Amino acid sequence: MAFDNLSDRLQMSLRRVTGKGRLTEKDIEEMMREVRLSLLEADVNFKVVKEFTKTVKEQAMGEKILKGLNPGQQVVKIVHEELKNIMGEKAAPLTINMIGITKIMMVGLQGAGKTTTAGKLAFHLRKNNNLKPLLVALDIYRPAAIEQLKTIGAQLNVDVFEMGIFEKPQTIIKKALEYAVSNGNNLIIADTAGRLHIDNKMMQELVDIKDILKPEEVLLNLDAMTGQDAVNVASSFHETLSVTGAILTKLDGDTRGGAALSLRQVTNIPIKFVGMGEKLDQLEVFHPDRMASRILGMGDVLTLVDKVTENIDEDDMMSLMEKMMSGKYNYDDYLKQLNMIKKMGSLGGMMKLIPGMNKALKGQNIDEKQTIYIKALIQSMTKAERKDPKLISRSSSRRRRVARGSGRSVSDVNKLIQSLEQQGQMMKKMAGMDPSKMNSASALGAMRNTPVKQKKGKGKNRNRFRY
Amino acid sequence: MGFFDKLFKSKEKRKNAQKYKLGMSKTRSGIFNNLKILLETTTIITDDLFDELEEIFIMADIGVDTVIKFVSHLRDTVELKGITAPTDLKELIIEEMFKLYVKDEIVTSNLDIRNDRINIVLFVGVNGSGKTTTIGKVANEYIKKGNKVLMVAGDTFRAGAINQLKIWSERVGASFYSKDEGSDPSSVMFDAIQYAEENSIDIILCDTAGRLQNKVNLMKELGKINKVIAREVEGAPHETLLVVDATTGQNGLSQAKIFNEVTNISGIVLTKLDGTAKGGIVLAIKDELNIPIKYVGLGEKIDDLEHFDIEEYIYGMFGDIF
Repeated sequence: MAFDNLSDRLQMSLRRVTGKGRLTEKDIEEMMREVRLSLLEADVNFKVVKEFTKTVKEQAMGEKILKGLNPGQQVVKIVHEELKNIMGEKAAPLTINMIGITKIMMVGLQGAGKTTTAGKLAFHLRKNNNLKPLLVALDIYRPAAIEQLKTIGAQLNVDVFEMGIFEKPQTIIKKALEYAVSNGNNLIIADTAGRLHIDNKMMQELVDIKDILKPEEVLLNLDAMTGQDAVNVASSFHETLSVTGAILTKLDGDTRGGAALSLRQVTNIPIKFVGMGEKLDQLEVFHPDRMASRILGMGDVLTLVDKVTENIDEDDMMSLMEKMMSGKYNYDDYLKQLNMIKKMGSLGGMMKLIPGMNKALKGQNIDEKQTIYIKALIQSMTKAERKDPKLISRSSSRRRRVARGSGRSVSDVNKLIQSLEQQGQMMKKMAGMDPSKMNSASALGAMRNTPVKQKKGKGKNRNRFRY
Repeated sequence: MGFFDKLFKSKEKRKNAQKYKLGMSKTRSGIFNNLKILLETTTIITDDLFDELEEIFIMADIGVDTVIKFVSHLRDTVELKGITAPTDLKELIIEEMFKLYVKDEIVTSNLDIRNDRINIVLFVGVNGSGKTTTIGKVANEYIKKGNKVLMVAGDTFRAGAINQLKIWSERVGASFYSKDEGSDPSSVMFDAIQYAEENSIDIILCDTAGRLQNKVNLMKELGKINKVIAREVEGAPHETLLVVDATTGQNGLSQAKIFNEVTNISGIVLTKLDGTAKGGIVLAIKDELNIPIKYVGLGEKIDDLEHFDIEEYIYGMFGDIF
């Protein structure tokens, strides 16, 4: 997950501070060096890092911290708050016209992921804003770029407008506007060619397109793996085009993604979306506050909550959770849980969102195929067996029958039995866990400052299960 | 300026370096002017100066660990040689940077291409790093040398990828082999090798789908591709080139490490160096994993691919200091 490594290092450097009764100036100096290096290692722009450590140091040096009861927690809080400050306070929404056509222009360097993201954005806005998108192919330079957009359009069943590679992009966008009106599209997403920010001729082309299209949003697509140069790139595009937002792509890699921190601070461009995979539904709204929590290794609980509410019946979830916690957990529940997780997205992705799991899972791979085998095994059991796991674990002939029925081996059945037992135990443990122990002392202080959505009605107890 | 003169004694080298310089001019003036100013305005060598140096190198995306090691080595050398004037540091920095890359070994940017066999070059890398474009340019180089080159469309996943490579093959006059979108890339490689044997191809350039190095299943797929190639042709792939975007930060190191575990990377192609990024992470990759850089991409045109030359690269970075 993004920022994993940054949080590791930050936690490492802060661990020395937490648990100490009092901080000396030398402690703070040493810690700031660690923070500084870890941020630089995360590709945060060095100017941002400088400012960041300066601010944190000043605050930490103040008497507030030295007279505090638990200085370590307070430093973590300062770091967390400052990270939030840099990344912007709130998630910035897209400007969508209620009447008429909403126009969006995608810009960025070569290989940033504009074409794929254009498709993702069309899908996202059709699903969530009920718009009828038109993708416009303006990349007449890269071989087969138009074909790529057309294929994506066909996959999503979204209209694509193109005029081949022999018309100028300025002409194509003009015609596309007319086409959108006659075709009844109320969203235009213009996919421009990738270009270097120092290529004046190509940048002028973007200015021309912008003048014709008059877009509500000019979105800069930036590779999350970008290093120190991110700021130069963003500044140049911003100066020329007054960029309204950024999309951070390929954040599902193992990059620390420090570019996210730098962007807003240096250029004031809000990050609006993040690309989380190659599939066309893997675009997520960027939440700066959540990202700050992630940096500190507190897990992305809010994203998890959102995903759950989007896809899961709350009552189902509640009863399942209660069962898990109480230890009365059987194969029916196991199956239900598997189906839920499947609905929410990949298993590996989900687990990473849970605080604590992040570290626990390091180096382990969750095989998605396993879920299919498990399903087959459970479905080969009788109803009684599913309800009462003891039946299976006590009888070897039942185990053999299940193995035969599912086409798996007896040892697979045994593994499943073990895994069910482990799950039950883990859930029991989680239910009784002290949250402060899970995330080191740091979580408590900062967690309080993380806005938690309060739900009314049937889902109101859900937050109990945050840990 | 003794060392520096030695470094660029041949006229040709200077001329070539000019091209690098052009491509990297923006970054150079951005960051390394700081270095020039810094060295010229400081009168004594202090800890602060080393801290500043550290920052300047980090701004070029040279890996943090490598930078720390390098700067601490500089400190020691300064003490050992009794250097006191900051201006004398210039030469030392270049000399040490050069040593860091070469490490007393013979580093060549030529590919291991021989006339008595089918040569297979595999291109790997993360999404959007420029694999397909690089293949087009490399093919162009070898076709000009009179080789029969086959391009294999191993990216069966991304929409339009096959056609993109096909258009490149038409541009440079290479043979082209592909199967349907969505086919197993290993089977594409297998069939392509048969095709190459039947058509007396000299060099096979294999494209692969871009993949992030933390996607275990995709890396397994790559491992399989590699295995199939190795099984069909002895000693193949003869070169496996990791294509890295110059704007890449510290993640480049993770890319090199993990791709190297799966495929045994023999060289790096540093693309898009004509922007403002310096691609300093390749120095860290060389330092930590000893993988040399083979090519640099300096533009979108067909012949904008150069064999990497460390002297030219360093000159491109530091030329302005003198």
